[in-house]
Amino acid sequence: MYDADQNRTERKVGQKDIKITARDVQVYYGTNHAIKDVSVEIEDKTVTAFIGPSGCGKSTFLRCLNRMNDTIDICRVEGNIAIDGEDIYDRRVDPVQLRAKVGMVFQKPNPFPKSIYDNVAYGPKIHGLAKNKSELDDIVERALRRGAIWDEVKDRLQAPGTGLSGGQQQRLCIARAVATEPEVLLMDEPCSALDPIATGQVEELIDELKQNYSVVIVTHSMQQAARVSQKTAFFHLGNLVEYDDTEKIFTNPQDSRTESYITGRIG
Amino acid sequence: MTDLTTSSGGAASGQTGISSADLGLRRRHRKELRLKILGMAAILFAATMLFILLASIVSSGYKAFTQTHLELEIEVQEDLIPADNPARGDYQAMVEAALLDYYPDAADDERRAITSILSSGAALKLRDNVLSDPDLIGTQTTVNVPVSDNYDQLNKDLLDRDLPENRRRLDDSQIAYFDRLEDAGIVSAPINWTLVTAADSRFPELAGLKGALIGSFWALLVCFLISFPLGIGAAIYLEEFAKKNRTSDFIEVNINNLAAVPSVVFGLLALAVFLGWFGMPRSAPLVGGMTLALMTMPTIIISTRAALKAVPPSIREAALGVGASKHQVVFGHVLPLAMPGILTGTIIGLAQALGETAPLLLIGMNAFITSAPASPVDAATALPTQIYIWADSPERGFVSRTSAAIMVLLTFLVAMNALAIFLRSKFERRW
Repeated sequence: MYDADQNRTERKVGQKDIKITARDVQVYYGTNHAIKDVSVEIEDKTVTAFIGPSGCGKSTFLRCLNRMNDTIDICRVEGNIAIDGEDIYDRRVDPVQLRAKVGMVFQKPNPFPKSIYDNVAYGPKIHGLAKNKSELDDIVERALRRGAIWDEVKDRLQAPGTGLSGGQQQRLCIARAVATEPEVLLMDEPCSALDPIATGQVEELIDELKQNYSVVIVTHSMQQAARVSQKTAFFHLGNLVEYDDTEKIFTNPQDSRTESYITGRIG
Repeated sequence: MTDLTTSSGGAASGQTGISSADLGLRRRHRKELRLKILGMAAILFAATMLFILLASIVSSGYKAFTQTHLELEIEVQEDLIPADNPARGDYQAMVEAALLDYYPDAADDERRAITSILSSGAALKLRDNVLSDPDLIGTQTTVNVPVSDNYDQLNKDLLDRDLPENRRRLDDSQIAYFDRLEDAGIVSAPINWTLVTAADSRFPELAGLKGALIGSFWALLVCFLISFPLGIGAAIYLEEFAKKNRTSDFIEVNINNLAAVPSVVFGLLALAVFLGWFGMPRSAPLVGGMTLALMTMPTIIISTRAALKAVPPSIREAALGVGASKHQVVFGHVLPLAMPGILTGTIIGLAQALGETAPLLLIGMNAFITSAPASPVDAATALPTQIYIWADSPERGFVSRTSAAIMVLLTFLVAMNALAIFLRSKFERRW
């Protein structure tokens, strides 16, 4: 019945569970048709990279996955997106609840102008994940460890999060995102504002995170996609052109547009 | 192509490129210099005007901060004070007797002229002293009593002794009476606390700003209590929750228009609605505050919206991203970050309200009221209307008191603006 034409035949059936299923997704900004007929299946415990030239819709599609587009008045999403088989655009789904389950890390590190501790504790607090202070302390520590930043900040949890370096801030944001025990982590160009060393640390972290989460990362850097992801989706002008194993996309792309982009002729 | 440029440049004149650029450059520099000079001239002009304004206010106002007093040895005569009601004693007679001691040879008609040196507040001062300390009855007491306005002017050299007698407010004999007191060494000019401890009066030497200060305080408090929550609420709704469509555009345009409506119009509105329909008390700071709130609200709404807009979207996204609801985003993150800007806008709006006169005139806050209001519904004046009343009064003493009142008002305005600047610089965050 369902035929996600490009990738179905190539998918290694049975190896990984499918976490997110998107079918015929259309996104409109007013009259602008930003995403056209995108169908994709994103695997659990895998890093999936969205690549493509600027304005191709990869970030827009990413933001559909946790309904961040809902906050934009003129944005309209059609089609069907399901996480673990549950339609996230169903009327009964509260986007607030959804976003606890689908964490997001943004392009620019955006810690709250609060202490490091409060940054991480905020999500668990509003979702009532901790019954008392010591439980909250545990959650914060676990999240900071997962964000690979615990050793750097454990002695100054009350220091403002905005006082950290850019790379530390981004890892703090990742820690903040994982603190609510999400199942999916969305990352919108998480390294574009970071220097190469910080980028390396974050990429290493992403690699570790895939043990527990399904990670979807939007990136401008094809090298980064090649380094961190197992699956890659190439977007162009709002279309999903090609979706396959990263290795295959980079060595043997099926579509001429993908090949042009990867070899640097478009985008 | 390289050949072409070098050959043409060389043919015209050795340095065509450089010299023509130089011409243009010099013109641009001249333009720049002109602009700089004009800008500096404008600032100089504005600063000069401000200096002249302040200098004229201070030079005429500083004399109101002292008040000429006479140090009189007064015998508090028991027979002039009814034992059952000491407040009704004839204190005027006692003060006059003490003063007339300095003129043993004065005839009856002279005595009247002499006693006019005393302010009508002199007897009141003695009375207050006696009432607070009944042991004074039957003893001699030293009281510093104020003199009336004309003699105060004389003592402060505001009355020109060289003018022809018929153009002076005091004739030669009156001046002679006063000079005798001066020779006796009982004339002094201590700080005029009356200016802040008394309410308005017909007599300049007894008039003070207490009623106006309290009236302004009540009015501003009411204004703040109404306009701050309403203004912030409206701004939050418009900025964060309202859908952007024609209706919200229309509302926005009208709020901006409202901020530009002349204040006298708000006064007319208040007169018609608050006093006319609702029958609220005339001259009350409560109504004044409500009127000022109408005026201040657009300012607060506009500055709050600007402050909310200035909070970077990344903070909203961060909060939404961890699953905060719209309400939590706004009240937990955006509003606290916007608060310094909101407070700055509010204080500036209130400072504007403090100096606003026209709407208060229309609701009767320029009435002559000689007691300070005990509550926001009592009749009162406000600082700007008090200035208006005094500026309109014929007594010479009110000239300097008007300036003094302006100085008091300006002090409050400067203090409020300084507070706004302080808050902004202290709590301003950088992202």
